[in-house]
This record gives sequence, C-alpha cells and structure tokens, in this order.
Amino acid sequence: MDAVGNCPCNPSIGGTAKGHLVREIDALGGEMGKTADECFLQSRMLNRGKGPAVHSLRAQIDRRKYSTVMKHKLELQKNLELRQAEITEIQKAEGGYELTTRMLAVFKCKTVIIATGTYLGGRIFVGEVSYESGPDGIFPASFLGQSLKELGLPLRRFKTGTPARVLKSSIDFSQLEVQKGDEPPQPFSYETESLGDNKVDCHISWTNDRTKQIIIDNINRSPLYAGKIEGVGPRYCPSFEDKIMRFKDKPRHQLFIEPCGLDTEEMYLQGMSSSLPEEVQLKFYHTIKGLENCVIMRPAYAIEYDCVDPLAMNSTLEFKDFPGLYGAGQFNGSSGYEEAAAQGLLAGINAALKVLGREPLVLDRTGSYIGTLVDDLVTKGTDEPYRMMTSRSEYRLVLRQDNADERLTPIGYRVGLIGEERYKRFLHKQELKKLELKRLKDTVISPTDEVNRLLVSRETSEITTGVRLIDLIKRPQLNYEMLKDIDRTRPQLGANIFEQVEIEVKYEGYIQKQNKQVEQMRKLENKLLLPDSDYTQINGLRLEAQEKLNRIKPMNIGQASRISGVSPADISVLLIWFAQNK
Amino acid sequence: MNSTIAAVSTAQAEGGIGVIRISGDDALLIADKIFYNANNKKITEMKGYTAAFGRISDNGEDIDEAVALVFRAPHSYTGENVVEISCHGGVFITQQVLRAVINAGAVPAQAGEFTKRAFLNGKIDLTEAESVMDIIGAKSRSAARAALCIKDGALRKKIDRVKDGLLAEAAHLSAWADYPEEDIAEVTDESVYSVCNEAIGELSGLLATYDSGRAVTQGIDTVIAGRPNVGKSTLMNLLSGSDKSIVTDIPGTTRDIVEDTVIIGNVLLRLSDTAGLRSTDDAVEKIGVDRAKKRLEQCGLLLAVFDNSREIDNDDKMLIESAKDVPCIAVINKTDLQQNLDVDYIKSKICRVIYISASTGEGKEELVRAVEEIAGTAELNPSEGILSNERQRLAVSNALSSVKEAKEALQAGMTFDAVTVSLEDAISELLELTGETSSDQVIDSVYPTFCVGK
Repeated sequence: MDAVGNCPCNPSIGGTAKGHLVREIDALGGEMGKTADECFLQSRMLNRGKGPAVHSLRAQIDRRKYSTVMKHKLELQKNLELRQAEITEIQKAEGGYELTTRMLAVFKCKTVIIATGTYLGGRIFVGEVSYESGPDGIFPASFLGQSLKELGLPLRRFKTGTPARVLKSSIDFSQLEVQKGDEPPQPFSYETESLGDNKVDCHISWTNDRTKQIIIDNINRSPLYAGKIEGVGPRYCPSFEDKIMRFKDKPRHQLFIEPCGLDTEEMYLQGMSSSLPEEVQLKFYHTIKGLENCVIMRPAYAIEYDCVDPLAMNSTLEFKDFPGLYGAGQFNGSSGYEEAAAQGLLAGINAALKVLGREPLVLDRTGSYIGTLVDDLVTKGTDEPYRMMTSRSEYRLVLRQDNADERLTPIGYRVGLIGEERYKRFLHKQELKKLELKRLKDTVISPTDEVNRLLVSRETSEITTGVRLIDLIKRPQLNYEMLKDIDRTRPQLGANIFEQVEIEVKYEGYIQKQNKQVEQMRKLENKLLLPDSDYTQINGLRLEAQEKLNRIKPMNIGQASRISGVSPADISVLLIWFAQNK
Repeated sequence: MNSTIAAVSTAQAEGGIGVIRISGDDALLIADKIFYNANNKKITEMKGYTAAFGRISDNGEDIDEAVALVFRAPHSYTGENVVEISCHGGVFITQQVLRAVINAGAVPAQAGEFTKRAFLNGKIDLTEAESVMDIIGAKSRSAARAALCIKDGALRKKIDRVKDGLLAEAAHLSAWADYPEEDIAEVTDESVYSVCNEAIGELSGLLATYDSGRAVTQGIDTVIAGRPNVGKSTLMNLLSGSDKSIVTDIPGTTRDIVEDTVIIGNVLLRLSDTAGLRSTDDAVEKIGVDRAKKRLEQCGLLLAVFDNSREIDNDDKMLIESAKDVPCIAVINKTDLQQNLDVDYIKSKICRVIYISASTGEGKEELVRAVEEIAGTAELNPSEGILSNERQRLAVSNALSSVKEAKEALQAGMTFDAVTVSLEDAISELLELTGETSSDQVIDSVYPTFCVGK
C-alpha cells in the first residue's frame, strides 16, 4: 500500500508532453495535477520561446509527501476501498474474474485493471548482482505473471533504470550552476489558484573525459553489455553507460541534481542512471564536478519487468479477448508517471462505466495527448517503453497544454468526474474568452503618437489609419502584455484566458488548418467496426491489410487507416464494405 | 466535403478522342478555370446533360479544342457534379489537359475512386459492392506496380536527398523541443532557412524538368526480355526502326537498359531492352540480370522473346514464371530457322503467342495487332501511368508549397512549432511519393542522432 503514488525514479512531475498529459488528466477530473501542486518544490515552464505547442510545465515535487497525500485522498474517496494484498492468481469466473491473494483470500470482481508497474516479475541488476525485487526494495509480484500467461495474455520483458541518490551535504554546490524555478511558478491544475514561492533550487553539472574512461574500462561489468538483461530498454532513457557507448564522440554529458523532498537529504542525479557495480558507480560519480566527495545513499540500478503487448487491447484499454479486464501504466508498455496516470484514469473510467452499464469512453488522438498515447499503443504497438513526446501528435498546434480544459472538461463532466460547480466555472470562463475575442475584433486603435511610439519601439511598422486590436496582436513583434497601455478597455481576466486568446489569434491559420484535419479524421473515427469482423472475407483488401486488420481489430475506420500496411485503397474497400453492411 | 478528383478515362494510346473526367463538388468551377466556351457561357451556368464546344487553356496557353459534357449531381455516374472533357486523343494532349485540371484545383483520382464514389452515393446497387471492392483491389495492385517505378533511379535519389535534409532538420527541431534539458545545439533560423532554401531549389528544379523528362517517357512501360542471343536487340531495332517510330535516347535514366519510345500501331510504347535473363556467377553480369528482373516486375507490358531454333532451357522457364504477374506477349523469334522450341509449353503458360522473324521483319503486323489488343483490354489500366505520374508531380508540388510555407512562417517571425508542422507536411508528401510509411519517421530519426535521456 505504500507504493500508492510512490515515485521510484525522478522527484518531478511533468516535462515536455508529460506536462500536457498532467493538464489533461486535471481537465478530466483526475488528481495528479492537484497533488503535484500541493507537493511542489519548484516549477518551470519548459520551452518558452519555442512556441505554444511545445510549452510544457515541469515541477520538482516532494516525493514522500506526494505519496502520502495521494494515498490519503484514496482513503477518503467515497465508494473506494484501499486494500493491500499480492494477487497471485486471476481466473475467469461467472460475471467477471476471481482474484486470489498470497494469503489465499479471494476477491470476485466484475472488472479488473492490471497496473503492475515494474513489480511484475521484477528483477534488479547492479553489476554482477541480480535478484528478484520491485522498485525501491519493495517485494515484487512473482506469481501473477504465470497466471496471466496461463490466462492467455501476451507478456514480454522491458527494462528501465534509475540513478543513485546521494547525500546533500556531501555535494559541493559552490562549483555548480544553479537552476531556479519560474517566478511566479505556474500550477498544473486549473483549480489551483497559486503555488506560493519556489522552495528549492536544482543544480547542473557535467561529466568529463575521466568519467568516460571509467565507463569504458568497466563496460564488461554492465549486465546489459554482458548479456544478462533480456528486457528491451527505452532509447530515450538509456543508462549513462549506454550514452557513452552509443555516442563515443560526445565529450561531456549534462546532469541535474534535484532534491527529493524538504525533509530528506537525498539528492537525485538526473541523467546518471546505471547498472554498473556500486563501486564503479562511486568511482565515476566522483569524477564529476561537485560530486568529488559524494556519498551514495542508494545505488543506481536497472530493473527488468513483465509487461503486455498493448496490441491485445482496444482503445478503452480493455483486453479484446477478455471483457472486463483492463491494463494500465507500465504494464501496457509505457514509461513515466504521467503516461501511467493518464492510462490509469482512462482504464478506471471505463471499468467503472462498464459496471454501471454505460457506454465506454474513447479519447481519440484528434482531441488529446491521452488519446494519442493510447492510440499509438493499441494501434502501432511498441517495442520499447513508450514515452510521450510532442512530436508524436500530428495535431499539436491544437492540442496544447493551455487549452486542455476546453478540450476535455466537458468530457469529464459527462462521465461524472467534474462536479456541477467546477463545470459552471468552466462554462463561465469559456464565455469570458468568447467575449474577449469579440472585444479584440471590435476595438479599433487610432493612429496616435503614443501608439506609433510603442509600435516603433517594438520594431514594427506604424499605423496611419485605425487598426483593429486583433490585427495588432497578430503581429509577431507584439503581444498582449506589450499592448496593455494602449488597450484602454481591457477587462480583468485570468492569465489563462489571455494566453488562450493570444495563441488563437496569432496561430489562427495553423489552427484552422489542423482543425480541418481533425474534422476529416473524426469522420473516419465515427465509422465503427465490429470486433468480430473477419477481414479475410473482404474481397479487394490486400493480403497484408487483411492480416493486420485481423490482428489489430480496429474499433473504427480512422484507427484502421493508421495501421502500417493498410493502404488508402484498402480504406476505400473498407468504406464500401462498411456502407454495404450498415 | 469531398475533394474533386480527375483522371483520363480513355486508353493511354494514340487514339481519336481522349476523355478527362472531373468529379466532385467543385467539378464545374474547376472546369470553368480551364475551359473557354466558344459562346462565352460559363460551365457553372450550364444545365445538366448539356454540352459545349470551346478551348482548353492552362495559364493562358491553349492546349486543344474540346467538348465539355456537364452532369449535375445527383444525375451522373458518380452522383456528384461531373464534367467530361473530350479532347483530341493522344497521350501528350490528354496529359496536358489533365495537368491543367489538376493545376486548377482537382486532385488525381485514386485507384477505383470514381467507382467508389458512385457506390457510396448510391449510384451502384448494394449487391454490386463485392465487384466494386474487387475493382479497387485490382486497380490498387496495378497502381502499386506503377509506384514501384519510383523506387529506383535518379528521381528517387534527388527526392531522397531533399527528404533526408528535411528529416534531419525536423529531427533536430523535435529533439530540441522534446528534450529541452539536454545539451542539444540550439536550432537557428539560419539552419532552417538553409534547409528550406535547398529543398525549395531541388523541388522547383524537379518540377521544372518534370515535363521534359516525363512527356517523352510517357507511354506503356514495355520490357523486351529473353535469354542472351535470342534476338532482343534485333526486335528492338525492328520496332524502333520503323518509319512511324520516334526514337529518343534518354541519357541518364537508362543506365545499361536501352530505352526508346516508339509508336506501334496506335499505341505508344516505352521500350527497354534488358540484359539477358540468366543465372550467372559473374558478379558484374549478375547486377545487370538483377536489374533486368526488377525492371520486369515493374513493367506495364512484357515482350518475352524465345528462340524458335533452340529448346527451352531454365532461363526461358524463369522468364515464363515472371510473365505470370504482368501483361505479356510471348514472341517466338527466328521463325526463319528450324523449329526446336516447345511452343505448346509456352502456350500453356502465356495466352498471347505470336511468331516473328525479327531479322526479316516477317510477322511484325501480328505483333502490332497483339500489342493493340492488349492495350485495349482491362489488363492495362488506361491512365494509371499518367495518373501515378501526376500524383507524383502533385506530391512534389505540395511538398514544395509546404517548405515555402515553413520558410514564410519563419520570415514572419512565427515560432518553431508552427514551422515544424509545415516541414513535417513536406516530409510526409515526399514519403508518400516514395511509398514509405510516414508514421514516426521523425521520431525514429531523433534517437540515432541525439543523445537524449531522462
């Protein structure tokens, strides 16, 4: 039970695309953003200046507090019972599934969500040492995997890792570059008014030639290079020795030193994940500026675990062949807290809707990063732990972190996770935004000296006749903030409203274009396919398309169009077949 | 709203009349942009089931005189607005008209798309759905064969170069945006400009030379194949040496495959004489043979040549095997010599067999008839060659506008996220052109190049 809300890796929430996920979870009525806000230590909006589509919030959090707060919320939640037990067996039973615990208690469930993180068949590797374990030294789930295999789930092994935690007082910060939070820091949740001040700093250091040499000299002691780990590791979270071996020409690598909490002296070394023996870890950490005398409190380790091939699931995260059985998080082949939370929320919503006898919820990729994440997993599958990136969304100019509420709060309200009061506030905000957009179109700025002085000072052309305010905001050299002195009718509105309005005005052409693409894809998404369709019986489909379609059994024609090996002509055939069988 | 599609709907041959069909909401509007009615009445003002006589003009340049037939939705084959333009036949003119229609806003039709639309609009009975799906399936196979042609050659190399440049820049932008905390080099305006400018140069160049390259190479891609000394070159000379033929050497595109464009009867053939098909251990010769085999898989018509005076050997059998998948005429050469060939065996495998003596020219008429016959049958997709080329041209032109859009966005001071989206649009157009799947190409290019971690 102490694993609820545990953060066994980095003491931070959010980051590129992950910040989008947290905002979306919040917009749907999930808890991650609120809890992260309550436990925040430092917050930064990443990618400022690179464009609104890639703005992403990232917060350092107090990892113990996060777990405590989250667990307490679950304990207080109506209709939810929190129980601790190791499930060792799962069997189909009348009306659902029967779960047996290690202590031989039996639970009968209508719906079950498997969210085993890195615990399922977990095995830790540090140099020549390896043993069965979950993360953070918690015991693993050693029996459930066998039962899942017997049930018929396609399991495979993935690998991930985490760096060492070192003692704060053993670090010489005087030599290190400081990284401060934003002032004022922004919250994740649309419900959090303000966060107060940043509470900690992070620090940056670099590895060097000596670090590299130690890795090269000891690479044969890495279990990965010695061939002991069979799990597939992610490309984006390589252990430090991977980085050295794959990018031999790179003279130095960056690392971040992040505090794990306010009442602990443990510091996390971001970027320094390793599965080398503890003595080698100590040796190479000691070559790094500021860490010359560092004391390792917990060594870095690699962990290998069982997970499922997500192609066996459909977009509700329910297993196609096992109604009522769902999967979420790392078990589904993803990586990261935020990716896990997003799937947990969706699987939870669907498991509950099923029990209530209501229609399932599908979030499509045209409307959210959560939908993109799930669609990628269940349509394309993944050969390595899947991490969310902004580059994964073709609709990223409309799926921004600033407008998650606009995209998803109505859905959260529909499924019952957003209360009346919050929904009313949301509708009011939308109204204010509409009015503000209208005001920008209706307000005309006259070519006064004051106005033109301002325009010239911002290196943009003067005006000679009255110009609509909206057209001034459209100019790349100008923004809301700069125009505040000449915009005399500006109302008092929340910062998020100004942000959304400004982006919509500046990127209007792009947004319109993407909205059109979204509309076209939605048309195909609305053409639902039955899960028991046999595609080998459809004339005109190419053999490859028949096989892929039969394997994946897409929920609709939109999803079918994204399967590799299904051509536009195959989609034409499907559309005709669909019309015929309507 | 459906896009408006267009295709040549008559055979790709030197015929009397060529018909270009346009279908979709904007069919009439688009026709108005290129068709100048002799009595000045606009097509959009014409009633359904009426015809007009006028000129076809593309950007002020007259192409041909033509008749336009107007059908208004739902009273047409597809159930949409349709304009059928009948112009003077011939590959070159019909292609020019189609080009004009596409420049005016139509998109080249996909395999079986007219039939598909007819079906979806209820113009074809539900009971015929099966056969419609079969048609699309068959046409998409022949389209795939046409698309294969771009997998080789100078064009592919040029496109790959542009694509790789754009991909590298997009991957850099992606790594830089998605891993802000890694020490990834800043993306500069200069580097994006330089990639854009290079791509714009290359793609504009491709478009400019497209016509001079393509117009002559248009026609049915025909391969003459057979084992060594079977008389392929003699046959080639016979066909290209006839007084009706146009002989053009196309340097650069042919490598060791000799290429000529000839008119046989009323059909335009693009002939290539391949290296002899035979199993060999010689490395250099093997490259030639492999290339010939590949060429064979991609061709629109195969003239399989056999030596009347020799018995069938393994190389002949190999050739007969390859003939299964493409329209084929078996040419029994050297009829002036003693017959030792098992013609019945060939007949059992290839349905069209003709006899010829390439050296004396006897039997040439028979070959011409067979070619005409095969060109008029469903085996050859009438406009697939032109269409796939038009699709390619459109893809290059779309990619070019996306790159220009990216450059303009940058000039206007837009942020890199918007610029990236345009670059990715260009990449996916080029990937479509080369028949690769676009999904995740950019992301896949990030990891080998950039050292990113958590």
